[in-house]
Amino acid sequence: MDTSNTAGSAPRPVLEAPDIQRVLTRIAHEIVERARGADDVVLLGIPTRGVHLARRLSGKLRDITGRKQPVGSLDITMYRDDLRMGPARALGPTDIPADGIDGRLVVLVDDVLFSGRTIRAALDALNDIGRPRAVQLAVLVDRGHRELPIRADYVGKNLPTSLRETVKVQLTEEDGRDAVLLGDKATTPAGEQ
Amino acid sequence: MKRHLISTADLSRDDAILILDTAEEMARVADRPIKKLPTLRGRTVVNLFFEDSTRTRISFEAAAKRLSADVINFSAKGSSVSKGESLKDTALTLQAMGADAVVVRHHASGAPHRLATSGWLNGSVINAGDGTHEHPTQALLDAFTMRRHLAGAADGGPVHHRGPGDGTGRDLDGRRITIVGDVLHSRVARSNVQLLHTLGAQVTLVAPPTLLPIGVGSWPCEVSYDLDAVIPKSDAVMMLRVQRERMNAAFFPTEREYSRRYGLDGLRMARMPEHAIVMHPGPMNRGMEISADVADSHRSTIVEQVANGVSVRMAVMYLLLGGAVLPDTDAPIRNASEESK
Repeated sequence: MDTSNTAGSAPRPVLEAPDIQRVLTRIAHEIVERARGADDVVLLGIPTRGVHLARRLSGKLRDITGRKQPVGSLDITMYRDDLRMGPARALGPTDIPADGIDGRLVVLVDDVLFSGRTIRAALDALNDIGRPRAVQLAVLVDRGHRELPIRADYVGKNLPTSLRETVKVQLTEEDGRDAVLLGDKATTPAGEQ
Repeated sequence: MKRHLISTADLSRDDAILILDTAEEMARVADRPIKKLPTLRGRTVVNLFFEDSTRTRISFEAAAKRLSADVINFSAKGSSVSKGESLKDTALTLQAMGADAVVVRHHASGAPHRLATSGWLNGSVINAGDGTHEHPTQALLDAFTMRRHLAGAADGGPVHHRGPGDGTGRDLDGRRITIVGDVLHSRVARSNVQLLHTLGAQVTLVAPPTLLPIGVGSWPCEVSYDLDAVIPKSDAVMMLRVQRERMNAAFFPTEREYSRRYGLDGLRMARMPEHAIVMHPGPMNRGMEISADVADSHRSTIVEQVANGVSVRMAVMYLLLGGAVLPDTDAPIRNASEESK
Protein backbone atom coordinates (compact mmCIF):
# COMPACT_ATOMS: atom_id res chain seq x y z
CA MET A 1 0.00 0.00 0.00
CA ASP A 2 1.36 3.31 -1.02
CA THR A 3 1.26 5.73 1.83
CA SER A 4 3.66 8.38 0.65
CA ASN A 5 1.37 11.23 -0.12
CA THR A 6 3.30 13.47 -2.39
CA ALA A 7 0.17 15.01 -3.88
CA GLY A 8 -2.69 16.39 -1.84
CA SER A 9 -2.82 17.01 1.88
CA ALA A 10 -0.69 15.27 4.46
CA PRO A 11 -2.29 12.19 6.06
CA ARG A 12 -4.24 13.16 9.14
CA PRO A 13 -4.54 11.04 12.27
CA VAL A 14 -7.96 9.57 13.00
CA LEU A 15 -6.88 7.67 16.09
CA GLU A 16 -3.99 8.66 18.36
CA ALA A 17 -2.10 6.50 20.82
CA PRO A 18 -4.54 6.90 23.78
CA ASP A 19 -7.50 6.17 21.47
CA ILE A 20 -5.86 2.94 20.30
CA GLN A 21 -5.24 1.92 23.91
CA ARG A 22 -8.89 2.53 24.83
CA VAL A 23 -10.17 0.76 21.73
CA LEU A 24 -8.07 -2.34 22.45
CA THR A 25 -9.22 -2.38 26.07
CA ARG A 26 -12.84 -2.27 24.91
CA ILE A 27 -12.27 -5.08 22.37
CA ALA A 28 -10.65 -7.21 25.07
CA HIS A 29 -13.70 -6.70 27.32
CA GLU A 30 -16.01 -7.56 24.42
CA ILE A 31 -14.09 -10.77 23.75
CA VAL A 32 -14.37 -11.79 27.42
CA GLU A 33 -18.06 -10.94 27.43
CA ARG A 34 -18.96 -12.78 24.23
CA ALA A 35 -16.73 -15.78 24.96
CA ARG A 36 -18.03 -15.97 28.58
CA GLY A 37 -14.64 -15.71 30.20
CA ALA A 38 -12.41 -16.35 27.21
CA ASP A 39 -11.22 -19.73 28.54
CA ASP A 40 -10.55 -21.32 25.18
CA VAL A 41 -9.57 -18.24 23.19
CA VAL A 42 -6.54 -18.38 20.87
CA LEU A 43 -5.49 -15.04 19.42
CA LEU A 44 -3.91 -15.23 15.96
CA GLY A 45 -2.51 -12.05 14.47
CA ILE A 46 -2.03 -11.59 10.75
CA PRO A 47 1.49 -10.27 10.02
CA THR A 48 2.79 -7.69 10.35
CA ARG A 49 0.69 -5.36 12.49
CA GLY A 50 -2.02 -7.84 13.35
CA VAL A 51 0.57 -9.81 15.33
CA HIS A 52 1.43 -6.80 17.48
CA LEU A 53 -2.25 -6.06 18.05
CA ALA A 54 -2.87 -9.71 19.01
CA ARG A 55 -0.04 -9.54 21.58
CA ARG A 56 -1.46 -6.35 23.06
CA LEU A 57 -4.95 -7.86 23.22
CA SER A 58 -3.50 -10.92 24.91
CA GLY A 59 -1.92 -8.69 27.57
CA LYS A 60 -5.26 -6.94 28.16
CA LEU A 61 -7.12 -10.27 28.35
CA ARG A 62 -4.64 -11.39 30.98
CA ASP A 63 -5.31 -8.21 32.98
CA ILE A 64 -9.05 -8.89 32.85
CA THR A 65 -9.20 -12.66 33.34
CA GLY A 66 -5.93 -13.27 35.18
CA ARG A 67 -5.02 -16.04 32.78
CA LYS A 68 -2.59 -16.03 29.89
CA GLN A 69 -4.26 -16.81 26.59
CA PRO A 70 -2.25 -18.41 23.78
CA VAL A 71 -1.24 -15.95 21.08
CA GLY A 72 0.33 -16.64 17.72
CA SER A 73 0.65 -15.42 14.18
CA LEU A 74 -0.86 -16.65 10.94
CA ASP A 75 0.79 -15.66 7.67
CA ILE A 76 -1.64 -15.74 4.78
CA THR A 77 0.73 -14.90 1.92
CA MET A 78 0.63 -18.34 0.35
CA TYR A 79 -3.17 -18.36 0.41
CA ARG A 80 -3.66 -15.00 -1.31
CA ASP A 81 -5.77 -14.81 -4.45
CA ASP A 82 -3.59 -12.15 -6.07
CA LEU A 83 -0.20 -13.88 -5.98
CA ARG A 84 -0.04 -13.98 -9.75
CA MET A 85 -0.53 -10.23 -10.06
CA GLY A 86 3.03 -9.35 -9.07
CA PRO A 87 6.41 -10.76 -8.13
CA ALA A 88 6.61 -13.35 -5.35
CA ARG A 89 6.01 -11.92 -1.89
CA ALA A 90 8.23 -12.44 1.12
CA LEU A 91 6.58 -14.63 3.73
CA GLY A 92 5.71 -13.55 7.24
CA PRO A 93 6.04 -15.80 10.27
CA THR A 94 3.42 -18.41 11.16
CA ASP A 95 3.51 -19.44 14.82
CA ILE A 96 0.66 -21.58 16.00
CA PRO A 97 0.53 -22.04 19.81
CA ALA A 98 1.77 -25.46 20.87
CA ASP A 99 -1.66 -26.72 21.94
CA GLY A 100 -3.05 -26.09 18.49
CA ILE A 101 -6.41 -24.62 17.58
CA ASP A 102 -8.63 -27.72 17.51
CA GLY A 103 -11.82 -27.08 19.47
CA ARG A 104 -10.70 -23.57 20.50
CA LEU A 105 -12.22 -20.19 19.80
CA VAL A 106 -9.82 -18.55 17.35
CA VAL A 107 -9.90 -14.76 17.20
CA LEU A 108 -8.16 -13.48 14.09
CA VAL A 109 -6.61 -10.05 14.61
CA ASP A 110 -5.72 -7.60 11.86
CA ASP A 111 -5.16 -3.88 11.62
CA VAL A 112 -7.42 -2.83 8.73
CA LEU A 113 -10.47 -4.61 7.29
CA PHE A 114 -10.93 -3.55 3.69
CA SER A 115 -11.81 -5.88 0.81
CA GLY A 116 -12.04 -8.92 3.09
CA ARG A 117 -9.71 -10.93 0.87
CA THR A 118 -7.02 -11.19 3.53
CA ILE A 119 -9.56 -12.71 5.92
CA ARG A 120 -10.76 -15.10 3.22
CA ALA A 121 -7.16 -16.26 2.83
CA ALA A 122 -6.77 -16.53 6.61
CA LEU A 123 -9.85 -18.77 6.82
CA ASP A 124 -8.32 -21.02 4.16
CA ALA A 125 -5.03 -21.12 6.06
CA LEU A 126 -6.82 -22.00 9.31
CA ASN A 127 -8.53 -24.85 7.55
CA ASP A 128 -5.16 -26.47 6.86
CA ILE A 129 -4.00 -26.09 10.46
CA GLY A 130 -6.92 -27.44 12.44
CA ARG A 131 -10.61 -27.24 13.25
CA PRO A 132 -11.47 -24.45 15.68
CA ARG A 133 -14.77 -24.46 17.60
CA ALA A 134 -15.45 -21.05 16.09
CA VAL A 135 -13.56 -18.26 14.35
CA GLN A 136 -14.07 -14.59 15.11
CA LEU A 137 -12.45 -11.48 13.70
CA ALA A 138 -11.13 -8.43 15.52
CA VAL A 139 -9.87 -5.40 13.59
CA LEU A 140 -8.62 -2.01 14.67
CA VAL A 141 -10.22 -0.19 11.73
CA ASP A 142 -13.03 -1.20 9.37
CA ARG A 143 -12.80 1.05 6.33
CA GLY A 144 -15.59 -0.57 4.31
CA HIS A 145 -15.56 -1.49 0.60
CA ARG A 146 -15.96 -5.22 1.18
CA GLU A 147 -15.58 -7.46 -1.86
CA LEU A 148 -16.57 -10.65 -0.04
CA PRO A 149 -19.34 -11.54 2.43
CA ILE A 150 -17.12 -11.06 5.50
CA ARG A 151 -17.69 -8.94 8.61
CA ALA A 152 -15.76 -8.31 11.79
CA ASP A 153 -16.98 -9.37 15.25
CA TYR A 154 -14.98 -6.72 17.08
CA VAL A 155 -14.26 -3.36 15.45
CA GLY A 156 -12.08 -0.69 16.95
CA LYS A 157 -13.37 2.09 14.74
CA ASN A 158 -15.67 2.16 11.76
CA LEU A 159 -14.07 4.55 9.32
CA PRO A 160 -16.13 5.40 6.23
CA THR A 161 -13.63 6.06 3.46
CA SER A 162 -13.60 6.62 -0.25
CA LEU A 163 -11.47 4.41 -2.47
CA ARG A 164 -9.27 7.42 -3.18
CA GLU A 165 -8.19 7.51 0.45
CA THR A 166 -5.56 5.41 2.19
CA VAL A 167 -5.69 4.11 5.74
CA LYS A 168 -2.40 3.45 7.46
CA VAL A 169 -2.00 1.95 10.90
CA GLN A 170 1.21 2.72 12.75
CA LEU A 171 2.20 0.78 15.86
CA THR A 172 5.07 1.47 18.24
CA GLU A 173 6.55 -2.00 17.77
CA GLU A 174 6.84 -1.47 14.03
CA ASP A 175 6.74 2.24 13.30
CA GLY A 176 7.85 3.90 16.53
CA ARG A 177 4.45 5.42 17.33
CA ASP A 178 0.77 4.54 17.60
CA ALA A 179 -1.60 6.17 15.12
CA VAL A 180 -4.19 5.53 12.45
CA LEU A 181 -3.66 7.85 9.53
CA LEU A 182 -6.14 8.77 6.81
CA GLY A 183 -4.61 10.19 3.67
CA ASP A 184 -5.20 10.74 -0.02
CA LYS A 185 -3.86 8.24 -2.43
CA ALA A 186 -1.10 9.45 -4.71
CA THR A 187 -2.22 10.16 -8.25
CA THR A 188 -1.35 6.72 -9.63
CA PRO A 189 -2.82 3.80 -7.71
CA ALA A 190 0.14 1.44 -7.45
CA GLY A 191 -0.96 -2.13 -7.05
CA GLU A 192 -3.82 -1.20 -4.76
CA GLN A 193 -6.60 -3.74 -4.89
CA MET B 1 15.80 -12.68 -7.80
CA LYS B 2 16.33 -13.86 -11.31
CA ARG B 3 13.82 -16.03 -13.09
CA HIS B 4 16.11 -19.07 -13.14
CA LEU B 5 18.37 -20.75 -10.61
CA ILE B 6 21.42 -21.95 -12.49
CA SER B 7 24.34 -21.07 -10.24
CA THR B 8 24.81 -19.93 -6.66
CA ALA B 9 27.09 -17.25 -8.07
CA ASP B 10 23.92 -15.51 -9.35
CA LEU B 11 22.59 -15.11 -5.83
CA SER B 12 23.27 -11.94 -3.87
CA ARG B 13 23.53 -12.12 -0.07
CA ASP B 14 19.99 -10.76 0.22
CA ASP B 15 18.65 -13.31 -2.28
CA ALA B 16 20.30 -16.14 -0.40
CA ILE B 17 18.99 -15.00 2.98
CA LEU B 18 15.51 -14.53 1.50
CA ILE B 19 15.58 -18.14 0.24
CA LEU B 20 16.79 -19.46 3.61
CA ASP B 21 14.22 -17.43 5.56
CA THR B 22 11.45 -18.58 3.23
CA ALA B 23 12.64 -22.15 3.70
CA GLU B 24 12.40 -21.67 7.47
CA GLU B 25 8.69 -20.87 7.05
CA MET B 26 8.24 -23.77 4.62
CA ALA B 27 9.79 -26.13 7.18
CA ARG B 28 6.90 -25.41 9.53
CA VAL B 29 4.44 -26.81 7.00
CA ALA B 30 6.01 -30.24 7.62
CA ASP B 31 4.76 -30.10 11.23
CA ARG B 32 1.14 -29.57 10.26
CA PRO B 33 -1.55 -32.20 9.92
CA ILE B 34 -2.08 -31.10 6.31
CA LYS B 35 1.36 -30.73 4.74
CA LYS B 36 0.18 -28.85 1.70
CA LEU B 37 -0.11 -25.27 0.56
CA PRO B 38 -2.31 -24.14 -2.34
CA THR B 39 0.24 -21.67 -3.64
CA LEU B 40 1.28 -23.26 -6.95
CA ARG B 41 -2.11 -24.70 -7.85
CA GLY B 42 -2.39 -25.00 -11.62
CA ARG B 43 1.32 -24.70 -12.25
CA THR B 44 3.24 -27.51 -13.89
CA VAL B 45 6.75 -28.51 -12.82
CA VAL B 46 8.70 -30.93 -15.00
CA ASN B 47 11.51 -32.94 -13.44
CA LEU B 48 13.84 -33.47 -16.38
CA PHE B 49 16.51 -35.94 -15.28
CA PHE B 50 19.16 -37.06 -17.74
CA GLU B 51 21.22 -38.56 -14.94
CA ASP B 52 20.32 -40.99 -12.17
CA SER B 53 19.20 -39.47 -8.92
CA THR B 54 16.98 -40.60 -6.13
CA ARG B 55 17.07 -38.06 -3.36
CA THR B 56 17.22 -34.92 -5.49
CA ARG B 57 14.38 -35.99 -7.77
CA ILE B 58 12.18 -37.18 -4.91
CA SER B 59 12.98 -34.03 -2.97
CA PHE B 60 11.95 -31.77 -5.85
CA GLU B 61 8.85 -33.87 -6.42
CA ALA B 62 7.83 -33.68 -2.75
CA ALA B 63 8.50 -29.92 -2.70
CA ALA B 64 6.40 -29.26 -5.80
CA LYS B 65 3.55 -31.45 -4.53
CA ARG B 66 3.51 -29.74 -1.13
CA LEU B 67 2.98 -26.49 -3.00
CA SER B 68 0.14 -28.10 -5.01
CA ALA B 69 1.93 -27.93 -8.37
CA ASP B 70 1.40 -30.66 -10.93
CA VAL B 71 4.57 -32.70 -11.34
CA ILE B 72 5.68 -34.53 -14.45
CA ASN B 73 8.70 -36.77 -14.07
CA PHE B 74 10.82 -37.25 -17.13
CA SER B 75 13.88 -39.44 -17.01
CA ALA B 76 16.08 -39.89 -20.04
CA LYS B 77 15.97 -43.64 -19.74
CA GLY B 78 12.92 -44.97 -21.51
CA SER B 79 12.23 -41.65 -23.24
CA SER B 80 12.86 -40.42 -26.76
CA VAL B 81 16.26 -39.20 -25.59
CA SER B 82 17.47 -42.79 -25.81
CA LYS B 83 16.29 -42.71 -29.44
CA GLY B 84 18.55 -39.73 -30.07
CA GLU B 85 16.31 -36.73 -29.39
CA SER B 86 18.26 -33.54 -28.82
CA LEU B 87 18.04 -31.30 -25.76
CA LYS B 88 16.39 -28.66 -27.91
CA ASP B 89 13.61 -30.93 -29.14
CA THR B 90 13.00 -32.19 -25.62
CA ALA B 91 12.76 -28.58 -24.44
CA LEU B 92 10.34 -27.64 -27.23
CA THR B 93 8.15 -30.59 -26.27
CA LEU B 94 8.06 -29.45 -22.65
CA GLN B 95 7.29 -25.90 -23.77
CA ALA B 96 4.38 -27.16 -25.87
CA MET B 97 3.04 -28.96 -22.80
CA GLY B 98 3.08 -25.70 -20.86
CA ALA B 99 5.78 -26.37 -18.27
CA ASP B 100 6.01 -23.45 -15.82
CA ALA B 101 9.29 -24.72 -14.41
CA VAL B 102 11.82 -27.27 -15.54
CA VAL B 103 14.04 -28.89 -12.95
CA VAL B 104 16.96 -30.22 -14.92
CA ARG B 105 19.77 -32.59 -14.07
CA HIS B 106 22.20 -33.27 -16.88
CA HIS B 107 25.56 -34.99 -17.22
CA ALA B 108 26.87 -32.08 -19.30
CA SER B 109 27.98 -28.94 -17.47
CA GLY B 110 26.06 -25.95 -18.81
CA ALA B 111 22.94 -27.78 -20.03
CA PRO B 112 20.61 -25.86 -17.64
CA HIS B 113 22.22 -22.59 -18.69
CA ARG B 114 21.57 -23.50 -22.33
CA LEU B 115 17.92 -24.29 -21.55
CA ALA B 116 17.49 -21.02 -19.69
CA THR B 117 19.09 -18.73 -22.24
CA SER B 118 18.22 -20.31 -25.57
CA GLY B 119 14.61 -19.14 -25.67
CA TRP B 120 13.31 -22.68 -26.09
CA LEU B 121 11.36 -22.48 -22.87
CA ASN B 122 9.29 -19.74 -21.25
CA GLY B 123 9.30 -21.27 -17.80
CA SER B 124 11.87 -21.05 -15.04
CA VAL B 125 14.86 -23.38 -15.17
CA ILE B 126 16.15 -24.82 -11.91
CA ASN B 127 19.52 -26.52 -12.00
CA ALA B 128 19.41 -29.82 -10.14
CA GLY B 129 23.03 -30.66 -10.91
CA ASP B 130 24.88 -30.30 -14.21
CA GLY B 131 28.02 -32.31 -14.85
CA THR B 132 30.82 -31.13 -12.60
CA HIS B 133 29.53 -27.55 -12.63
CA GLU B 134 26.90 -26.65 -10.01
CA HIS B 135 24.14 -27.99 -7.79
CA PRO B 136 22.67 -24.82 -6.28
CA THR B 137 19.76 -26.26 -4.30
CA GLN B 138 22.14 -28.68 -2.55
CA ALA B 139 24.34 -25.74 -1.54
CA LEU B 140 21.27 -23.86 -0.27
CA LEU B 141 20.11 -26.78 1.84
CA ASP B 142 23.64 -27.19 3.21
CA ALA B 143 23.75 -23.51 4.12
CA PHE B 144 20.28 -23.81 5.66
CA THR B 145 21.44 -26.74 7.81
CA MET B 146 24.60 -24.89 8.86
CA ARG B 147 22.66 -21.76 9.72
CA ARG B 148 20.28 -23.67 11.95
CA HIS B 149 23.17 -25.20 13.85
CA LEU B 150 25.76 -22.47 13.80
CA ALA B 151 24.33 -19.02 13.13
CA GLY B 152 22.23 -18.39 16.21
CA ALA B 153 24.64 -18.30 19.11
CA ALA B 154 27.28 -15.64 19.31
CA ASP B 155 30.01 -18.12 20.23
CA GLY B 156 29.12 -20.41 17.34
CA GLY B 157 27.66 -23.01 19.62
CA PRO B 158 24.69 -25.16 18.73
CA VAL B 159 21.28 -23.59 18.99
CA HIS B 160 17.96 -25.21 19.50
CA HIS B 161 15.94 -25.09 16.30
CA ARG B 162 13.13 -22.62 15.91
CA GLY B 163 13.95 -20.83 19.07
CA PRO B 164 14.77 -17.18 18.87
CA GLY B 165 18.14 -18.26 17.51
CA ASP B 166 17.10 -20.42 14.61
CA GLY B 167 19.09 -18.10 12.40
CA THR B 168 16.27 -16.34 10.54
CA GLY B 169 17.58 -13.23 8.87
CA ARG B 170 21.20 -14.12 9.58
CA ASP B 171 24.15 -15.16 7.45
CA LEU B 172 27.14 -17.38 8.27
CA ASP B 173 29.57 -14.60 9.00
CA GLY B 174 32.92 -15.92 10.22
CA ARG B 175 31.88 -19.58 10.40
CA ARG B 176 34.67 -21.92 9.30
CA ILE B 177 33.49 -24.60 6.90
CA THR B 178 35.75 -27.39 5.71
CA ILE B 179 34.89 -29.31 2.54
CA VAL B 180 36.85 -32.54 2.16
CA GLY B 181 37.35 -34.92 -0.73
CA ASP B 182 36.70 -35.14 -4.43
CA VAL B 183 36.40 -31.43 -5.19
CA LEU B 184 37.45 -31.98 -8.81
CA HIS B 185 34.27 -33.84 -9.74
CA SER B 186 32.01 -32.13 -7.23
CA ARG B 187 29.32 -29.71 -8.32
CA VAL B 188 28.27 -29.60 -4.68
CA ALA B 189 31.65 -28.18 -3.63
CA ARG B 190 31.61 -25.56 -6.38
CA SER B 191 28.12 -24.34 -5.49
CA ASN B 192 28.90 -24.41 -1.79
CA VAL B 193 32.10 -22.40 -2.05
CA GLN B 194 30.30 -19.63 -3.92
CA LEU B 195 27.25 -19.53 -1.67
CA LEU B 196 29.13 -19.85 1.63
CA HIS B 197 31.46 -17.08 0.55
CA THR B 198 28.45 -14.90 -0.28
CA LEU B 199 27.07 -15.63 3.19
CA GLY B 200 30.34 -14.61 4.84
CA ALA B 201 31.73 -18.01 5.84
CA GLN B 202 35.39 -18.97 5.51
CA VAL B 203 35.68 -22.09 3.40
CA THR B 204 38.67 -24.45 3.35
CA LEU B 205 38.92 -27.18 0.75
CA VAL B 206 40.89 -30.28 1.73
CA ALA B 207 41.78 -32.83 -0.94
CA PRO B 208 44.70 -34.61 -2.52
CA PRO B 209 46.23 -32.32 -5.19
CA THR B 210 44.99 -34.64 -7.93
CA LEU B 211 41.38 -34.12 -6.87
CA LEU B 212 41.48 -30.31 -6.94
CA PRO B 213 40.36 -28.58 -10.16
CA ILE B 214 42.71 -26.39 -12.16
CA GLY B 215 42.17 -22.76 -11.19
CA VAL B 216 41.04 -23.53 -7.65
CA GLY B 217 43.42 -20.75 -6.58
CA SER B 218 40.96 -18.21 -7.95
CA TRP B 219 38.05 -19.55 -5.88
CA PRO B 220 37.09 -17.53 -2.80
CA CYS B 221 38.43 -20.11 -0.35
CA GLU B 222 41.55 -21.62 1.23
CA VAL B 223 43.09 -24.91 0.10
CA SER B 224 44.83 -27.43 2.31
CA TYR B 225 46.21 -30.93 1.87
CA ASP B 226 46.27 -31.76 5.55
CA LEU B 227 42.92 -32.73 7.06
CA ASP B 228 44.28 -33.19 10.60
CA ALA B 229 45.52 -29.60 10.70
CA VAL B 230 42.15 -28.14 9.62
CA ILE B 231 39.74 -30.32 11.63
CA PRO B 232 40.20 -28.64 15.06
CA LYS B 233 39.40 -25.24 13.51
CA SER B 234 36.15 -26.23 11.75
CA ASP B 235 32.57 -25.37 12.68
CA ALA B 236 31.29 -27.79 10.05
CA VAL B 237 33.04 -30.55 8.12
CA MET B 238 31.43 -31.56 4.86
CA MET B 239 32.60 -34.86 3.38
CA LEU B 240 32.25 -35.32 -0.37
CA ARG B 241 31.62 -38.61 -2.08
CA VAL B 242 34.48 -40.11 -4.06
CA GLN B 243 32.84 -40.19 -7.46
CA ARG B 244 34.19 -43.41 -8.87
CA GLU B 245 31.85 -43.25 -11.86
CA ARG B 246 33.58 -40.08 -13.06
CA MET B 247 37.08 -41.34 -12.42
CA ASN B 248 38.82 -42.60 -15.51
CA ALA B 249 42.35 -42.14 -14.21
CA ALA B 250 44.28 -42.96 -11.06
CA PHE B 251 43.73 -39.99 -8.74
CA PHE B 252 45.06 -41.72 -5.64
CA PRO B 253 47.12 -44.90 -5.10
CA THR B 254 44.63 -47.01 -3.14
CA GLU B 255 41.26 -46.52 -1.50
CA ARG B 256 42.80 -47.47 1.84
CA GLU B 257 45.35 -44.71 1.57
CA TYR B 258 42.70 -42.18 0.59
CA SER B 259 40.51 -43.26 3.45
CA ARG B 260 43.37 -43.01 5.94
CA ARG B 261 44.43 -39.51 4.87
CA TYR B 262 41.14 -37.89 3.83
CA GLY B 263 38.42 -40.00 5.41
CA LEU B 264 36.50 -38.96 8.54
CA ASP B 265 36.53 -41.60 11.26
CA GLY B 266 35.70 -41.52 14.95
CA LEU B 267 39.21 -40.48 15.98
CA ARG B 268 39.26 -37.47 13.68
CA MET B 269 35.72 -36.51 14.67
CA ALA B 270 36.77 -36.48 18.33
CA ARG B 271 39.21 -33.69 17.50
CA MET B 272 36.52 -31.43 16.07
CA PRO B 273 35.28 -28.57 18.27
CA GLU B 274 32.43 -29.44 20.65
CA HIS B 275 29.72 -27.71 18.57
CA ALA B 276 30.93 -28.74 15.12
CA ILE B 277 28.71 -30.75 12.79
CA VAL B 278 29.44 -33.42 10.17
CA MET B 279 27.72 -33.10 6.79
CA HIS B 280 27.53 -35.21 3.67
CA PRO B 281 25.47 -34.48 0.55
CA GLY B 282 24.91 -38.17 -0.08
CA PRO B 283 25.00 -40.81 -1.33
CA MET B 284 27.71 -41.98 1.09
CA ASN B 285 30.43 -44.55 0.59
CA ARG B 286 30.54 -45.80 4.17
CA GLY B 287 34.05 -46.85 5.07
CA MET B 288 35.56 -44.76 2.28
CA GLU B 289 35.25 -41.01 2.90
CA ILE B 290 33.20 -41.40 6.09
CA SER B 291 33.14 -44.23 8.61
CA ALA B 292 29.83 -45.75 9.64
CA ASP B 293 30.09 -44.63 13.29
CA VAL B 294 30.62 -41.02 12.20
CA ALA B 295 27.75 -41.15 9.72
CA ASP B 296 25.39 -42.42 12.43
CA SER B 297 26.67 -40.19 15.24
CA HIS B 298 24.64 -37.42 16.84
CA ARG B 299 26.88 -34.83 15.18
CA SER B 300 25.95 -35.99 11.74
CA THR B 301 23.29 -33.86 10.02
CA ILE B 302 23.02 -36.17 7.02
CA VAL B 303 19.38 -37.19 7.53
CA GLU B 304 18.45 -33.65 8.55
CA GLN B 305 19.96 -32.38 5.30
CA VAL B 306 17.52 -34.53 3.33
CA ALA B 307 14.53 -33.14 5.24
CA ASN B 308 15.84 -29.59 4.84
CA GLY B 309 16.18 -30.22 1.11
CA VAL B 310 12.41 -30.32 0.70
CA SER B 311 11.95 -27.03 2.59
CA VAL B 312 14.66 -25.26 0.62
CA ARG B 313 13.31 -26.50 -2.72
CA MET B 314 9.81 -25.38 -1.74
CA ALA B 315 11.27 -21.95 -1.01
CA VAL B 316 13.06 -21.80 -4.37
CA MET B 317 9.96 -22.88 -6.29
CA TYR B 318 7.75 -20.47 -4.40
CA LEU B 319 10.08 -17.54 -5.04
CA LEU B 320 10.55 -18.41 -8.73
CA LEU B 321 6.97 -19.46 -9.54
CA GLY B 322 4.78 -18.00 -6.81
CA GLY B 323 4.33 -14.61 -8.41
CA ALA B 324 3.48 -13.38 -11.86
CA VAL B 325 5.43 -14.70 -14.83
CA LEU B 326 7.74 -11.81 -15.52
CA PRO B 327 10.73 -11.25 -17.74
CA ASP B 328 14.16 -11.33 -16.11
CA THR B 329 14.18 -8.53 -13.60
CA ASP B 330 15.83 -7.68 -10.38
CA ALA B 331 12.58 -6.35 -9.01
CA PRO B 332 12.65 -6.41 -5.22
CA ILE B 333 10.46 -8.88 -3.40
CA ARG B 334 7.43 -7.09 -2.03
CA ASN B 335 7.30 -6.83 1.69
CA ALA B 336 4.35 -8.29 3.54
CA SER B 337 3.92 -5.13 5.53
CA GLU B 338 3.34 -2.98 2.48
CA GLU B 339 0.16 -4.66 1.44
CA SER B 340 -3.27 -3.36 0.93
CA LYS B 341 -5.85 -5.09 3.02
